[in-house]
Amino acid sequence: MSVRKPTTLTLPVPLPLDSGQALDAAQIAYESYGELAADKSNAILVCHALTGDQYLASTHPVTGKPGWWDRMVGPGKPIDTARYFVICANVIGSCLGSTGPASPAADGKPYAMRFPVITIRDMVRGLVGLLDGLGIERLHAVVGGSMGGMQALSLAANFPGRTERVLAIATTARHSAQNIAFHEVGRQAIMADPAWAGGDYYASSKQPDAGLAVARMAAHITYLSEEGLTEKFGRRLQDRPDGSAGEKSFGFDADFQVESYLRYQGSGFTRRFDANSYLYITRAMDYFDLAEEFAGEQGGGQLAAAFAGSSARFCLVSFDTDWLYPTAESRHIVHALNAAGAPVSFVELSAPYGHDSFLLDVPPLDRVVRGFLGG
Amino acid sequence: MAEAVSYDLRPDLEVIAREVPAGVRVLDVGCGDGALMAVLRDTKGVDARGIEIDGPSVERCVARGLSVVQGDADRDLTFYPDGAFDYAVLSQTLQTAARPDRMLAELLRVGRRSFISFPNFAYWRMRRALLLRGRMPVTRHLPVTWYETQNIHHVTVRDFEELAAGLGITIERRWFFTREREISPAGANWRAEYAVFEISGSG
Repeated sequence: MSVRKPTTLTLPVPLPLDSGQALDAAQIAYESYGELAADKSNAILVCHALTGDQYLASTHPVTGKPGWWDRMVGPGKPIDTARYFVICANVIGSCLGSTGPASPAADGKPYAMRFPVITIRDMVRGLVGLLDGLGIERLHAVVGGSMGGMQALSLAANFPGRTERVLAIATTARHSAQNIAFHEVGRQAIMADPAWAGGDYYASSKQPDAGLAVARMAAHITYLSEEGLTEKFGRRLQDRPDGSAGEKSFGFDADFQVESYLRYQGSGFTRRFDANSYLYITRAMDYFDLAEEFAGEQGGGQLAAAFAGSSARFCLVSFDTDWLYPTAESRHIVHALNAAGAPVSFVELSAPYGHDSFLLDVPPLDRVVRGFLGG
Repeated sequence: MAEAVSYDLRPDLEVIAREVPAGVRVLDVGCGDGALMAVLRDTKGVDARGIEIDGPSVERCVARGLSVVQGDADRDLTFYPDGAFDYAVLSQTLQTAARPDRMLAELLRVGRRSFISFPNFAYWRMRRALLLRGRMPVTRHLPVTWYETQNIHHVTVRDFEELAAGLGITIERRWFFTREREISPAGANWRAEYAVFEISGSG
């Protein structure tokens, strides 16, 4: 695969934000795969999820693991880099090269909590700025799962001429009270960590890793299904470090395998993610309400109004075990697209892995992605 | 029918594919694997959309580039705006609807006209099977036993015509088939194995 070197584009004009502020000289870090056609008609923008990044199909520089959608993106794969020029950028607010709370502000010190609160639409504005910089007027498709799906929908609604196809997987047009509640648990865990220090921890030797790990553990449960967790761990006990069989410690060590797994997920996450970025990005997701953005004078918030100007074809995919963004959320979007007269496909796929199914081995998803992009 | 183009479809779908004008908007309710939609799109430039309840069928439709929504026609038709389509197609599905009368009204709300095809329960082989054996017939067109069939509202040609009249629906055209061959309308209620109707609303 022809993988370009990690690239960063600095936006030539200040990036306007929904909060009314603007971000000067915002940087967008991205990776691209495949070759852009001479007429620039074969570009696919893939939007990453909350804790994702631009390392879509290339080795992650921190973890050394394959890209987060390596199974989906590559030559001959459903998002075929032999046919398409595939772009994936780190969203603003994040921490792998795009401007975020850890980036230096005008005074040379990290923004920390001085970073403006951003929205999904602000992230999309940054991505469109990148497309402008690459000279790509109209995408073949925008694709995303979870928060990436929110960006795909937001791009279709706010920049209706910029894409021919929209593929939104395991996502929603607005965060529910339950979604917001889980995020709040994570944010409070971070802010309760003494090392968070009001967000000014960048120069310190201590980072709010304990809080961030708890945030990740709580969120990770929402990404799985009860069925999947039971199948994977049940109530099995964790083997001891010396290899002997696990038993109850009558203490608070990770006796159960599921505890050990969550601790592993949490600690791995703190090595690759910034706690303040987690605060800002979860906030952006909680604020997301596409209908509200297009509310008329009555303030009714008809989601169909968001898609009224769109000429794109849409495809929505949900998973039957996803309780974070359940099928009803996708149906809600489909009904709005029907009302707007947009060409839309929708399928609920059966998979045991819960919300995370979009990242895992679900062959029907491959067929849907390949068919929708090629059709 | 030697002069007619063959689309290699089931005979009722063949009629619909032949009669739908080029370039119109069609909603295929219960579109299965999208065979009719693909023909309409590829040979007539039709803007075809579908609803199908079976997930794997929807997946096949999407994989062939069709716009198909997984859903239950009994519930989801209400989410389509009035007059969104020129034609609504309901092939071999009327007898599975919770309320066929309401389904017809919905089809003629979202579409200007509608094509309806269904197996005729008054077909003479059905009558004979019921008469001689005294059991619910299982045939090529109604192949599933009574307790597991999705066909919960068996209908005859005459029933359909009376329902249409009662609902103020105009029957524009009709086609009848037995053993994959088109037959004349004479005695269709006992001679036809299945039927296709083109209907329009009173408005």
